[in-house]
Amino acid sequence: MLYGYLFILPWLAGFLLFTLYPILATLYFSFTDYNVLGASRWVGLQNYASLLADRDYFWKSVGNTLFIMIGVPLSIGVGIGLALLLNLPLRGQAVYRALFYLPSVVPAVATAFLWVWVLNPQNGLAMPLNEGLNRLGLPAINWFTDPATAKWGFIMMDLWAIGGVMVIYLAALQGVPVHLYEAARLDGARGWQLVRHVTLPQIAPVIQYMLIIGVIGAFQYFTQTFIATRGGPENSTLFYALYLFQNAFEFFRFGHACAMAWLLFLITLLATYGVWKLTLSKAFQEA
Amino acid sequence: MRRQTLARALAHLAILGLLALYMLPIAWMLATSLKPDEELFTEQIRWVPSRAAWENYAHALSTFPFGLYLRNTLLVAGLTVAGVLLSCLPPAYAFARMRWRGRNFWFWVMLSTLMLPPQVTLLPVFLLFRKLGWVDTFLPLIVPAFLGNAFLIFMLRQFFLTLPQELIDAARLDGCSEWAILWRLVAPMSKPAVATVALFSFVWAWTDFMNPLIYLNDSSKFTLAVGLQYFLGRHGEQWNLLMAAATVVTAPLVLLFLLTQRAYVRGITLTGLKG
Repeated sequence: MLYGYLFILPWLAGFLLFTLYPILATLYFSFTDYNVLGASRWVGLQNYASLLADRDYFWKSVGNTLFIMIGVPLSIGVGIGLALLLNLPLRGQAVYRALFYLPSVVPAVATAFLWVWVLNPQNGLAMPLNEGLNRLGLPAINWFTDPATAKWGFIMMDLWAIGGVMVIYLAALQGVPVHLYEAARLDGARGWQLVRHVTLPQIAPVIQYMLIIGVIGAFQYFTQTFIATRGGPENSTLFYALYLFQNAFEFFRFGHACAMAWLLFLITLLATYGVWKLTLSKAFQEA
Repeated sequence: MRRQTLARALAHLAILGLLALYMLPIAWMLATSLKPDEELFTEQIRWVPSRAAWENYAHALSTFPFGLYLRNTLLVAGLTVAGVLLSCLPPAYAFARMRWRGRNFWFWVMLSTLMLPPQVTLLPVFLLFRKLGWVDTFLPLIVPAFLGNAFLIFMLRQFFLTLPQELIDAARLDGCSEWAILWRLVAPMSKPAVATVALFSFVWAWTDFMNPLIYLNDSSKFTLAVGLQYFLGRHGEQWNLLMAAATVVTAPLVLLFLLTQRAYVRGITLTGLKG
């Protein structure tokens, strides 16, 4: 009986030390004024109150984070589209799949660099596009240097590094039982109808799972914006996780950062509850 | 038959068109990395430089201590893999194949931590490591790996469940201890899953940015990911050098991916988690 605990001991110790204790400590520090160096001072709900009253940074970061969630349905669409194409019985699919996966192998730091250069409106790959717009009498797109378009740069960057998502959909497609397609064909379904009435309902749990992962992921968006824009221009790419990081390690407002972390925890709980109901409970029942 | 051939040709065409779009940034990275300084900022897009400026790579590698950062990264990633294997196999086995009271409860607890964003636990953990005097050492990057990882335990458990129960029962009847069954029977039979876990933890450690950024201050201790970022800050407009450095940091990962594609795909599909 105790044997089981002995076997899970490494994870259990890690859970207590690096998950349970920090969650509770984060809650405690979120009620204090703490600049990391001095002593912490109890301030009650003041950190939460000042965050919720802070339109210029906190709510801006929440708004920006909600905005890049446009990328979530886009990545579902592009991911399923690519997976459908790469699941067709064609020669060379193994090579195609590997090549589409390749961009997601590039480390986030290098990806962020690369896209700043690619979208550089004067000298990057974005140049011909701007020349075309110019000829049509339209203004050039300045991507990361313009508050109106900077977030779209990140959305494109993520759609480029979509390999992992694509592989998940590919596996889901291959898990759809063949006899369902055969039955639908006998009923006269063709092409898009098969996708609409067989494929999509069958992979719906995966889509829902990816939706929630995407929502939680948006709140964790950090490396790319830390490298490419540092939240600028005009805080247009100040995302939730970046502002949390800045509070902790640049402004040394640990209490504020912990309040943000605890709010993030609540958001995650809500979203996880969704995942739990949709997918993980199944894996659990297999036990 | 003819229609089918046409449909296939169209599908190939669509894939190749999209592929060209997806490969464009990588091609641009490689092209830029080989441009001489004077050809960086041109009026027109220029794909092929007048000559291949290989000296960009030499220059980037000499200003950016690639060898040192590579050694740091390999040290962290290697120890991470060792820690992950030692600390994830036993819990995975206990959750998959042992009967004990509390198993379902703790498995549920573990699953419920899967979605937890690192930012939620980051700050107290930072204070803890600071108190231990571990800031500016590799310990905060390595030690947690020795204390289990919920995703990887889950992945291994899913694989262990597919092994034939009769073999494990037979070993038990022969008087093998659970510990011996895990390391002598189950682990060798699970080579593909173990390889995937090793690969994932290696790649995560290699590309991790936030933790090295927080814990490593002395530039001689940087890993490749933070080293690259530091390099960017100091060579802001020398895009040929930056792209050369980015290529050098990316190339080993691409090579690793090409050699281990099957393990990659297996890991992603076993967990529904991106690589």
